[in-house]
Amino acid sequence: MLQKEEIRRDNVKDTFSNFKVELWRYQGERGALIPLLQSAQETYGYIPESAIDHISEIVRIPSAEIYGVITFYSQFRLKPMGKNIIRICDGTACHVNASTAILKTITDELQIDSNETTEDGLFTLQTVACLGCCSLSPVVMINDETYGRLTPKKVQQLLEEYRNADGNGG
Amino acid sequence: MKTIKVGLGTCGVSAGAQKTYEAIKNEIELQNIQAVLKETGCNGMCYREPLVEVIDEQKNSFVYGEVTPEKAKTIMNSHVLADEPVAEWLVQSTRPSEDDTFFKKQNRIVLRNCGIIDPSSITEYVATGGYEAIQRVLKEYTPERVIDVITRSGLRGRGGGGFLSGVKWKFCRDAAGDKKYIICNADEGDPGAFMDRSTLESDPHSVLEGMMICAYAIGAEEGYIYARAEYPKAVARLKHSIREALAKGFLGKNIFGSPVNFSVKIKEGAGAFVCGEETALIASIEGKRGMPRFRPPFPANKGLWGKPTNINNVETYANVPWIIMNGPEAFAAFGTDNSKGTKVFALAGKIQRGGLAEVPMGITINEIVFDIGGGIKEGKKFKAVQMGGPSGGCIPASMGDLQIDYQQINRTGAIMGSGGLVVMDESTCMVDMAKFFLRFTQDESCGKCTFCRIGTKRMLEVLERITDGNGKEGDIELLRHLAYEIRNNTICGLGQTAPNPVLTTLKYFPEEYEAHIREKRCPAHSCSALLTYSIKADACKGCMACAKACPAEAITGEKKKAHEINTAVCIKCGKCLETCKFNAVIKN
Repeated sequence: MLQKEEIRRDNVKDTFSNFKVELWRYQGERGALIPLLQSAQETYGYIPESAIDHISEIVRIPSAEIYGVITFYSQFRLKPMGKNIIRICDGTACHVNASTAILKTITDELQIDSNETTEDGLFTLQTVACLGCCSLSPVVMINDETYGRLTPKKVQQLLEEYRNADGNGG
Repeated sequence: MKTIKVGLGTCGVSAGAQKTYEAIKNEIELQNIQAVLKETGCNGMCYREPLVEVIDEQKNSFVYGEVTPEKAKTIMNSHVLADEPVAEWLVQSTRPSEDDTFFKKQNRIVLRNCGIIDPSSITEYVATGGYEAIQRVLKEYTPERVIDVITRSGLRGRGGGGFLSGVKWKFCRDAAGDKKYIICNADEGDPGAFMDRSTLESDPHSVLEGMMICAYAIGAEEGYIYARAEYPKAVARLKHSIREALAKGFLGKNIFGSPVNFSVKIKEGAGAFVCGEETALIASIEGKRGMPRFRPPFPANKGLWGKPTNINNVETYANVPWIIMNGPEAFAAFGTDNSKGTKVFALAGKIQRGGLAEVPMGITINEIVFDIGGGIKEGKKFKAVQMGGPSGGCIPASMGDLQIDYQQINRTGAIMGSGGLVVMDESTCMVDMAKFFLRFTQDESCGKCTFCRIGTKRMLEVLERITDGNGKEGDIELLRHLAYEIRNNTICGLGQTAPNPVLTTLKYFPEEYEAHIREKRCPAHSCSALLTYSIKADACKGCMACAKACPAEAITGEKKKAHEINTAVCIKCGKCLETCKFNAVIKN
């Protein structure tokens, strides 16, 4: 299973050893499960089965229970994510300021629904409750960048920018 | 030498402030300009972002709004180099400006340093009198005296519960146990609230100092900050600030040279609204599913790892150093009989000036919406404010003179909550709003209590059929019945308050529900299933723009002749309305 994952990530050997360091650091610490899951997701872009097994050994919690924790929190993914993660805000302020039109533009452009990944693996779309930028609504977050005061047209341009960045090897 | 500050909070950055910052930096390097460039947080004027402040040699401040990289260049050349301020872009300066009213009714305690200091510099925080309160407490106060001061100030928990903070601290101090913890709840989950994010990004040390004072008062040596996963910048800031404080000996062993130890750890949330509830939050820190449990025992007696634990939110802690320095009387001088001090409100929605405003308790809704917020966008009519997020409710414009304090707001059926204030105009459908919030709580229900897990689902189904035009007689009664059952049969705040948005809209806007159910009509022209689009023949110029934009090819007509919409084919996407330059497309 690991080999398939290796293709997905650059320098996977490095990041994997980083994750192992992380595992070692948390050994014996209470409440380590969620930080470790976060670290796994940071490393691989999702939480692979093999990581669950590793974590299970360290924190001494059965894999089944870990699986229960993973599925409880919306942040965790059990499937690989796209290269760019688009989080569209549908909080109160964004909703009042027509975030549905923004969502529709994105789903039309990318031909995916919320919680799906494009075929080329470039984008994963998620709907989130609030990004805390209500005064600039409607808001979209792509990876760790937040974009406010959006219109359907601006969103189209934004997606184009990310597509181009990928084409240029970025 | 002039100082230039760029607001780089998340709100600033999402409006493009990073590019503005780079442009200024470039200009300084290119032209070898003698000026100090700094970053700062958010001063609350989010509606004017990106904000750039120029402080001249005489310490006069000039704040520019909506500064694009191009505008930044002009400001650098004209103001910084040639001493000619660019008057037309100024939003705040020595001269009066229309934006002054945004600040006029504010009293800033929590936001005292926000947008003023560089949040990444502990020296700047110290220079404003930061970390004096904790030193005074360590040198002169017994823990009991700290608790007495906080109790007398009348400070209530700003996260939503509104419980008296001093009393809460006393419970934890008096609880038996050798090891105690304090937690800062930074899991600001209410959609529409962003004051905690802004405070953490703009003045993280004030929160750390508040936590230190609390830790000393209750006798805790370890603290946790539980922060939302959606706030990467706030988390990064906190991590940096904790490192700075550790290096200075403000955190760790023997803080400030005293015998007191205190360390802080950050726990990042993993995306679950219910984790804002204190027992769920504790479960989440312990690495479990964040599900609430029955209280008592309260966390003050049995909290994290079963030890006495005090939990307050970001805004509550940020108030604490100010109260110590200025005295409880100064704090209690603000506000009303039962609600002392100030409260930060996050203004958003259909309001002209969205942003953060800190006002004394007791201010009216109208003062916030009109005097501070500048009224409604696009000159539309003010309809309601939504307070308290998914646990709160909609207060109609007719109650705009209501004084905002804990009791008065509770009486309306809404709650103070964390201070999100989403303004709605005539185009907002109140049934849709209720549906929106219920979908949220339904989604976020942890599933432990049957009435929350299934009851909210049933309520949501009823609301969905009402907004789809399939509402039935008896639906309103059914909603009320389910609402009371959910409220009375769930264990945590999420379930108990989940029906509030429905109950308040039913109370103040019953005619909207009735119009949807009986007449299959949405008075706000918002519910798409109940709308039809048509083209006014006399206004249509026959430009064909709408026909090209229509994804369903529902629009027909010849060039330069009035077009028509085939309602049988129309998917009600609204593209034609957006496209038409002549206002010929109308919603019915």
